Amino acid sequence: MNIVVCVKQVPDTGSERTLKAADSTLDRESSDALINELDEYAIEEGLRLAEAHGGEVTILSMGPPKASESIRKALSMGADKAVHLVDDGLAGSDALATSEAIAAVLGRIGFDLVILGSESTDARMGVLAALLAERLGVPQLSFASKVETDGQTIKIHRQADYGYDKVEASLPAVLSVVEKINEPRYPSFKGIMAAKKKPVETLSLADAGVDPARVGLAASASEVVSFAKRPPRQAGTIVKDEGDGGGKAAEFLAAQKFI
Amino acid sequence: MAEILVLAEHSGETVKKVTCELLTLARRFGEPAVVWTGPGAEAGRDRLAEFGAAKVYVAAGEEFDDYVVAPKAELLAALVAAGSPAAVLVASTPEGREVAARLAVKTGSGLITDAVGIGDGLVAEQSIFGGAIVVKSRVTAGTPIIAVRPNATTPEPSPGAAEIVAAGTDVSDAAKGARVTERVVQEGGERPELTEASIVVSGGRGVGNAENFALIEKLADALGAAVGASRAATDAGWYPHQFQVGQTGKMVSPQLYLAVGISGAIQHRAGMQTSKTIMVINKDAEAPIFELADFGVVGDLFSVVPQLIDEIQQRSGS
Ligand SMILES: Cc1cc2nc3c(=O)[nH]c(=O)nc-3n(C[C@H](O)[C@H](O)[C@H](O)COP(=O)(O)OP(=O)(O)OC[C@H]3O[C@@H](n4cnc5c(N)ncnc54)[C@H](O)[C@@H]3O)c2cc1C
Repeated sequence: MNIVVCVKQVPDTGSERTLKAADSTLDRESSDALINELDEYAIEEGLRLAEAHGGEVTILSMGPPKASESIRKALSMGADKAVHLVDDGLAGSDALATSEAIAAVLGRIGFDLVILGSESTDARMGVLAALLAERLGVPQLSFASKVETDGQTIKIHRQADYGYDKVEASLPAVLSVVEKINEPRYPSFKGIMAAKKKPVETLSLADAGVDPARVGLAASASEVVSFAKRPPRQAGTIVKDEGDGGGKAAEFLAAQKFI
Repeated sequence: MAEILVLAEHSGETVKKVTCELLTLARRFGEPAVVWTGPGAEAGRDRLAEFGAAKVYVAAGEEFDDYVVAPKAELLAALVAAGSPAAVLVASTPEGREVAARLAVKTGSGLITDAVGIGDGLVAEQSIFGGAIVVKSRVTAGTPIIAVRPNATTPEPSPGAAEIVAAGTDVSDAAKGARVTERVVQEGGERPELTEASIVVSGGRGVGNAENFALIEKLADALGAAVGASRAATDAGWYPHQFQVGQTGKMVSPQLYLAVGISGAIQHRAGMQTSKTIMVINKDAEAPIFELADFGVVGDLFSVVPQLIDEIQQRSGS
């Protein structure tokens, strides 16, 4: 099975994130970068499926040159090779433009199964699987907490508010996973050494056959009008429980008309 | 006046609150027209009328619920092409955002998700990076498609005709790629849905074990609230994963959020920081969650919470 796992490098959520004043895009220089956590679950699922059914796992990442760190990490977990879509023309791409570029690369390299983390910790839109499925014309299997395949058909549990839906499709398909699905492995020392020799193909927009007019900030289908730091919350009332804490909490709730 | 399409979220005949919220918003920008998929529209109609729906486009075929997301996007795209609405509003739930995303591709439109408000000129307000930054943006291509976070607007009644109009009945083969074979409903049945609830009571590592979560549930039930949990609690297996609140869990924005035995790590705050009122019960006065608290009690949850439940029950006379 030819499996492609999409990996995004994101700013560390533990560090403060800001937008750049000049163009209202994410200031990626000012914060530490790491692999989007949910993508590690996607990589793990890809590796498990390849181990069970044979085949190769290719990492696909779109991002600045620095994203190569995240690609190496993915390779050190055990993926076979990588494709890095990197081009200044991609900077500022919104979700729609991003999906256009990634779909173009997927169309070029081919796949039986594309696996994504169900959302990234920076944008949190959770729509890339839907966008790719729409653009590629293949089934959308998103928010999977469980996956089974025989190489022809694929069955998942799709997480829902009330529990989950059992969903079935035939391959090729786009899959996105939630963190409940597995426990990602840590790269071994051997894995880290091996990753250094694994092939990483770098593609520009021209290489990937993407029309530069359809990606990047200028092609964005929405624009930021303004942004500002949220005003700090007003300091609240903090009481120490002296045997009456529950009562005081109830008084507050009553005053606010919650009870 | 141009139409504003509102995709209804409903469970059978019951219209979800977020749909009334979307109608309340839509009325400010045009004539609200609800798009309803699957059975139940006739019975749900009164509620839609109460919140100002002028029309209800109904695609009653069960097929719309038998396949993942794509049929709804296809139906909306057909209605957009036919009626040139001024905007399409959906609930910013995982599925709502996916419908919006596919619709954006189909119609060559821009997409804004997780809006917490919409102002003049359909400028949407979003709260990003765990609520640290407020961004205002607008769609510049095609038909604005905006996914609005549940609980962001107070639903206000205003009567409408809610005229039922039959809309497309067939789902194309292209939209039948991923078939739903069964819906499995897990615990939490009687409580409101986490992302929809006006009140959320969440428990964290301080709760100590799975059995003690009964206390959190009891408090939630006294308030008519949904139950949430921190990742420490879901990872430990004390509470099911789908109730996790935070960066890798659900985003909630209720009128009242009660954090019990939760320290307030940045990843937890990312999922609840935009709650209107926040109440904290934690024995450590230094816990960062107190920075968000409108009201906080420094104390042991095992004495504060039972007392609080008693007081609530006394006050509500039960
Ligand atoms: C990439 C990433 C993503 C993450 N995503 C999420 C997420 O989505 N959601 C999430 O919640 N976390 C997430 N986390 C984890 C997060 O960093 C914290 O570890 C987690 O939120 C801690 O949960 P907690 O507050 O319940 O536990 P703790 O931090 O251990 O806090 C427990 C609190 O309970 C209090 N307490 C203990 N006993 C009592 C008592 N008897 N009475 C009153 N108070 C008591 C303590 O004083 C303490 O403040 C993520 C972490 C990473 C790295």
